[in-house]
Amino acid sequence: MNDHDTPYAVDEDTHGQWAFGTSFDAPLSGVDATLAEGIEGADLATYCLMLADDALISAQRLAQWCANAPELEEEMALANVGLDLLGQARLLLARAAAAHPAIVPALPDGSPVPADDALAFFRDEPHFRCLRLVELPNGDFAQSITRLLVFATFRLATLQRLRDSRDPVLAAVAAKGVKEVTYHRDYAARWFLTLAGGTAESRRRLEGAITSVWPYVDELFAPNPVEQRLAATGAAVDSTTLRGEFDDVVEQVFRAALLPVPAVRAAARVAGRSGRDGTHTEALSYLLAEMQSVARAHPTGAW
Amino acid sequence: MTGAVARARAVAATVTDPEMPMLTLVDLGVLRDVHQQDDGTIVVTITPTYSGCPAMATMRDDLKHALASAGMDRVDVRMSLAPAWSSDWITADGRRKLEAHGIAPPHAAPTASAGAVPLILVPHRPVVQCPQCDCLETEQLSAFGSTACKTLHRCRGCGEPFERIKEI
Repeated sequence: MNDHDTPYAVDEDTHGQWAFGTSFDAPLSGVDATLAEGIEGADLATYCLMLADDALISAQRLAQWCANAPELEEEMALANVGLDLLGQARLLLARAAAAHPAIVPALPDGSPVPADDALAFFRDEPHFRCLRLVELPNGDFAQSITRLLVFATFRLATLQRLRDSRDPVLAAVAAKGVKEVTYHRDYAARWFLTLAGGTAESRRRLEGAITSVWPYVDELFAPNPVEQRLAATGAAVDSTTLRGEFDDVVEQVFRAALLPVPAVRAAARVAGRSGRDGTHTEALSYLLAEMQSVARAHPTGAW
Repeated sequence: MTGAVARARAVAATVTDPEMPMLTLVDLGVLRDVHQQDDGTIVVTITPTYSGCPAMATMRDDLKHALASAGMDRVDVRMSLAPAWSSDWITADGRRKLEAHGIAPPHAAPTASAGAVPLILVPHRPVVQCPQCDCLETEQLSAFGSTACKTLHRCRGCGEPFERIKEI
């Protein structure tokens, strides 16, 4: 049997290693990548990037709570939520690469970096398709919880419908993801209530968090042409149809928290563009610099 | 089932989970299929417990290693995503081993809802028996534990913390 605790017990085929850049196969190894009839590969890839980037950037933000959370248990909880999302991101990035290989950034000859890592670490900011909501700085715990509540509610509604996608890989990723994100949403909602009913300070911070997060909510439900084209083929979920379910959940939580659902002005788009179009806030550039610098410094590195 | 497949299955069934080494991949319900292609390659199919389970690559390596050690070199380890893993797939043997090692086994997994997933604002508080002292007076400290598949608990009887496999 293999000894996983001994770094020296490694075979010549890098047996036992699984970090970035090692030779182990892509996360979708052995999963059929054929496109269903009528589904455009380029559209499917773009849509997968949207779902993947939301999860990847959220995971990075959640990881930033490590060694910073109020309690060890919360640190583990936030890291676990991030790990689930990172797993979803890897599967979706691999799906994007398989659906339309041209989207994968070119790397030097001989680079061992698999497609999902190439997409995560070697794309520049304008090629990221995440919502601006997920890239906002963490702020305090109340702000991170409020953002997680919004994001998990939106993602759960998306994945729940995406289980019926005509793309079998998306359907499978969604079916797994629903189980995971159900835990994420309930975790965030319960902390939201705890903060609302805690001390005057926790409630003040929660109210501040709502004010800073809510301007980014409308963007979740903005019509997107790629998404709508794919939704018409049965492969994607049109986010504009999710607002009702989102509002229902948010209303339940706010009612229990004795807080009014805010009516704030949505954050402006930039020349009509926002996160899904590759137009981001300043915060994403700093996040990517931190996340990508090691991989970019060693594009042919094996670890 | 040919002799080669039976032999490969028997070897694959000895490979353990890297994070919970008291369980084999069979106990955990992660080993889904072993078959042989026409060209003789043994194809082993595993499924991840959680999307982000970091143990998948190690499982794949361990399977290849175990089969190679048994003289089977042409092995392909594949991943299947559907149907999604459920904690209900942990075998009776697996549950017994978990308990013997201080990890509480999961209850029945919730059934998937067809419409919107209902929001549960009141924490789910199942009766969990302490795997160390069998006391029923236990509390959940966190819905997230040391691995993606576990929650964190404390026994009010013996005062010891313990982990439990989450229902999914």
